[in-house]
Amino acid sequence: MSLPTDFVTEVEQDRRRYRRKQTTRSVLISAASTLVFAVVVALVLANSPGWAVTRETFFSGHYFQLALPAVLKGLWLNVRILFFAVIGVAILAVILATLRSLRGPVFFPLRFLAAAYTDLFRGMPFLIVLYLIGFGIPALNPTERIPAAVLGTIALILTYASYVAEVLRAGLEAVHPSQRFAARSLGLTHGQTLRHIIVPQAVRKVTPALMNDFISMQKDVGLISVLGAVDAIRAAQIQQATTYNFTSYVVAGLLFVAFSWPFIRLSDWYTARLRRREQSGGVV
Amino acid sequence: MLDVKGVVKRFGDNVVLNRLDLTVDQHEVVALIGASGSGKSTLLRCVNLLEQVDDGQIFLSGTDITDPRINADKVRAQLGVVFQHYNLFPHLSVLDNITLAARKVHRTDVAVAEQRGMDLLRRIGLEDKAKAFPDRLSGGQQQRVAIVRAIATDPELLLLDEITSALDPILVGEVLDLVRHLRETGSTILMATHEIAFARTVADRVVFLDGGRIVEQGPPAQVIDAPTEQATRDFLSRVLH
Repeated sequence: MSLPTDFVTEVEQDRRRYRRKQTTRSVLISAASTLVFAVVVALVLANSPGWAVTRETFFSGHYFQLALPAVLKGLWLNVRILFFAVIGVAILAVILATLRSLRGPVFFPLRFLAAAYTDLFRGMPFLIVLYLIGFGIPALNPTERIPAAVLGTIALILTYASYVAEVLRAGLEAVHPSQRFAARSLGLTHGQTLRHIIVPQAVRKVTPALMNDFISMQKDVGLISVLGAVDAIRAAQIQQATTYNFTSYVVAGLLFVAFSWPFIRLSDWYTARLRRREQSGGVV
Repeated sequence: MLDVKGVVKRFGDNVVLNRLDLTVDQHEVVALIGASGSGKSTLLRCVNLLEQVDDGQIFLSGTDITDPRINADKVRAQLGVVFQHYNLFPHLSVLDNITLAARKVHRTDVAVAEQRGMDLLRRIGLEDKAKAFPDRLSGGQQQRVAIVRAIATDPELLLLDEITSALDPILVGEVLDLVRHLRETGSTILMATHEIAFARTVADRVVFLDGGRIVEQGPPAQVIDAPTEQATRDFLSRVLH
């Protein structure tokens, strides 16, 4: 009863035929529904009374080209701010998460302050933080001018550090206590255990969540335009104000999407890989 | 070598160790047996300073390790511990798991530590797994790596906490062979176990715990084969069918 493994029995051939048929069916159905959806949207748009004007106002090729250089230049400011903000967030969030993880009654004030900080900044809308920092700090010393981009970076760091700190703290707590026992049993100190055992595992656990925070930071960096820094959105606004055409906003929007897209894909890929590693095999 | 004197440990109202006395001599292998909740694991955790005793003292090579003024990390560095669920570090390779304590605690040169790690892996026939991560190993292989990790820095005393409870019968054999080998090389071992047959062949002394106290102790031939206490007889008849 030993068949060569490359031989396929009639039962398996039938199963494969059936699965192939099912796959083809699914592909056809989804293609058809996509097509129907696209046609409906196109018809509704084309038959709207104001479509011609709307198209000219938002999707004009001429204004697209006109706005692109200025908006791109603005996006470069966003990129630079994001770079510094990510570094700042990483440092501040690690400090906050560490403070909140400290044990022992001696550290109560630090723990309390860190908890109050994260509660405050996670609850406060980013726009309000921006206004308070952006207009509040310069008011303290009216003679010296701090660039709006710097103030915006500070606001971004303050807000996002609170989110990231909570993600990191959740990660630290998700590492099973037995790992700490094993490390301490080997004679590692509390600090060594944290550094070599707990933190590396925690970071792996929260990487998808951190990538998500990073992606949302990539677009929130555009909000600093309310302080007057000429970033991509502000540049688009200037264009719109001079030409009375909204295409520049579409340009800025598309650029932001294009900018964050690689990270969105990377994050999806990484999350999927983690899931595959955790459940090797299985069809559900 | 190890001297436990009148140790008390409570969890809430539950007295887990009740004025327990126990000594372990150098090169001696002592097996703790007893029902779940009899205090075997708690005793090991107290010796390893993972739990604070509520009374009594524990001496390791003459030093009172229950004294809060001593450096607990230094004490733990002299002990090797193997857990029921292996507790290997999943983010480190097998070799890094084994050499971690040498590198970070004992400040051994990395090349020296890895040389020693590879020697140990060769001894348990897992040298080809040195670069693999723990999740690629079978349960028996993981537990053998965990044992090697515990002995890599030549601890004075080895604590084994139900190290075969999570393994199927076939894998139990390879782990117990390794423990037998350690005994032959002169390790001092205090272990909690459910494997009565194994305790019989490997232990110099078997200690039967019940209700946080030692009910009976002595050579395996006496405690396992000819117990004098009723509690020991009851326990053994339940375990040995």
